[in-house]
Amino acid sequence: MASSLPWIILFTPLLSAVFITLFTQKQRGLSSVISIAAVLVSLLGSLLVFAQPNPVGKNQFLWLDLGNAFQVSIGVTIDQLSKVMLLVVTIVGALVHIYSLGYMADDEGKSRYFAGLSLFMFSMLGIVLANNFVMMFIFWELVGVSSFILIGHWFSKDSAAAAANKAFITNRLGDFGFMLGILVVWIAAGTFNFAELSTKMPAMIHGISATMLAVAVLLIFCGTVGKSAQFPLHVWLPDAMEGPTPVSALIHAATMVAAGVYMLCRVFFLVGASPEALNIIAWIGTVTAVLAALMATQENDIKRILAYSTLSQLGYMVMAVGLAAPDAAMFHLFTHAFFKALLFLGAGAIIYAVHHEQDIWKMGGLMKKMPLTFITFVVATLALTGFPGLSGFFSKDAILATAFEHSKPIFWLALGTAFLTAFYMFRLCVIVFLGKTKTNHADHAHDGPGVMVIPLLILGVLSVVSGWPFIVGHFLTLPHEEGHSLFVPGAALSVFVLGVIAAFALYSGKSEEPLSLPLFANKFYIDEIYAFLIRWTHDLLANLTAAFDRLVLDGGIVRGLFGGGTYGAGFVLRFLQWGNLQGYALVFGAGVVALIYYTLFK
Amino acid sequence: MLTLNDYLLVSGLLFTIGFAGVLLRRNIIIIFMSLEIMLNAANLSLVAFTRFNLIAQPKLGPGLLPNYNGQMLVFFIITVAAAEVAVGLAIIVALYRARQTTHVEDINSLKF
Repeated sequence: MASSLPWIILFTPLLSAVFITLFTQKQRGLSSVISIAAVLVSLLGSLLVFAQPNPVGKNQFLWLDLGNAFQVSIGVTIDQLSKVMLLVVTIVGALVHIYSLGYMADDEGKSRYFAGLSLFMFSMLGIVLANNFVMMFIFWELVGVSSFILIGHWFSKDSAAAAANKAFITNRLGDFGFMLGILVVWIAAGTFNFAELSTKMPAMIHGISATMLAVAVLLIFCGTVGKSAQFPLHVWLPDAMEGPTPVSALIHAATMVAAGVYMLCRVFFLVGASPEALNIIAWIGTVTAVLAALMATQENDIKRILAYSTLSQLGYMVMAVGLAAPDAAMFHLFTHAFFKALLFLGAGAIIYAVHHEQDIWKMGGLMKKMPLTFITFVVATLALTGFPGLSGFFSKDAILATAFEHSKPIFWLALGTAFLTAFYMFRLCVIVFLGKTKTNHADHAHDGPGVMVIPLLILGVLSVVSGWPFIVGHFLTLPHEEGHSLFVPGAALSVFVLGVIAAFALYSGKSEEPLSLPLFANKFYIDEIYAFLIRWTHDLLANLTAAFDRLVLDGGIVRGLFGGGTYGAGFVLRFLQWGNLQGYALVFGAGVVALIYYTLFK
Repeated sequence: MLTLNDYLLVSGLLFTIGFAGVLLRRNIIIIFMSLEIMLNAANLSLVAFTRFNLIAQPKLGPGLLPNYNGQMLVFFIITVAAAEVAVGLAIIVALYRARQTTHVEDINSLKF
């Protein structure tokens, strides 16, 4: 029983997805019930797994056997890391499923939506449980597919279809590097299995040069850059907000985008072996955190602000991994999953209440209209911005403290990002919840139905308590805090206060954007630069191949060679066709005789 | 007592006659019949090989028994040949209606 439990957790959502797709497309209510039942089974299983001690021995079967050198198995890892991640994924997943019942109540494609959610749960749990690189890669691609399906849920909208494509293609870029990285590791170590890899690490480090190791680590990190939307592949995440809001909460805030960080922590024995690579990883995380926070300050779409905030927080996590503190990264991942899911679900409740309006300037005054949503949203905001006592404060403090110890420039940038985080989040809150209502829809807004409010309340509680050391200590190895001065939390608190004051001073009572920073509002023109580069390379390639075709193939070989090579060859060959059937038969027979002669007598 | 070689000799003769007919005769129907002779030459050698290839088959009975796999093949050849005749004769009839001839030297418009 104990050893089959992880398989039940993993495959129940898949069964649900298959069943819905095959049998209950038409019965939309039944589809949602099946999907929710499946995720609840996984949640229950995860709780049971969490309560049990870590199993010893291998729980796997051979899947692909190409001789001794190349064997791939499908198996599960149950350890501290995967247990916690299982809980995060299934808890947030279950709440999002239930919330979707309200949010997607009248959607035409409800069955398709819930099948997609179930498929996603399956894929994500696969990443969490994977015990080797190849299995992880397979599920890595599967989350990409389910994310594609769910972003493009409203595929009749052009922007949603384009966003789904963009997300998938951008991820492919990262995944290609990931695959190469896996192969490099396999060449160096001869195994994909995480446990075997970690025992072989000393020999492997001895066997390959530091450069090669750094290349391998950075290639694997490419997977994180794609999936966790780090600079320079971060462009897909804001666009992915075209999907339904619960999807954004589950996939693009709490779980899938965190998979990259989880993967780095899972193979930290490998990643941590290369200080050069760690340095680059830390800086990419820092750059992402800062850039995304800057972009968020000028964004007007409520979901996109949260998307930039997610980018920024993922940047923090990657930075923590880069600073050789995977514990801090996992801690932040853990707390972030709850409060960011809550923020997205709160944003979803608001969007639902104001009839799918996402522009924050058209909301306003929602504090009185939607009190429960307001309270939970503010709790999540405080948790995200690092208000003392809430979960985000502890996890962000752990990362800042690590940065303070290891690298002063990164620390100051991270601190600046914390200021920006407080600033843009309170900008959002002030504009959306305070002041006067600005549109008719906002006038008539009210809290959502019970299935939408209850997940908010549960996540609200989790956002508060999930950072308390005496609670979270049961789940995670907390980062050690040695000789911890009060400087870091003090600095974090003061930038928090500064950010809040700045937001209130600038935006209180305003009905339009008082600042105009085109650089930030246009996301540093990165999309435009990519579009230009892609067009430029396409044009270049197209022109080169066209010139080759016209000059070399047409002009040179077809018409030019032998003064008309094709015509000459045709002229010679046509004499073989002399039209006598029996002549052909004679040649044919002669050929057979010759063949027999050569095979038998020669 | 006839041996395998006798059968193969007859088979070879039949094949040669058939091939010579295909090469030398002008009437397309005769050529077609010659083709059938060649097929039957192959059939004969298959049956002969099968009859003389004695192996132990305890499931079927005691002692050495002929291996009938080749004879199965012959049935297939006969079937396919029948189908081929049906198609081939139909083509010849169609050809005759179009050209009023069954002589191969008159049918050469595909040449250069």
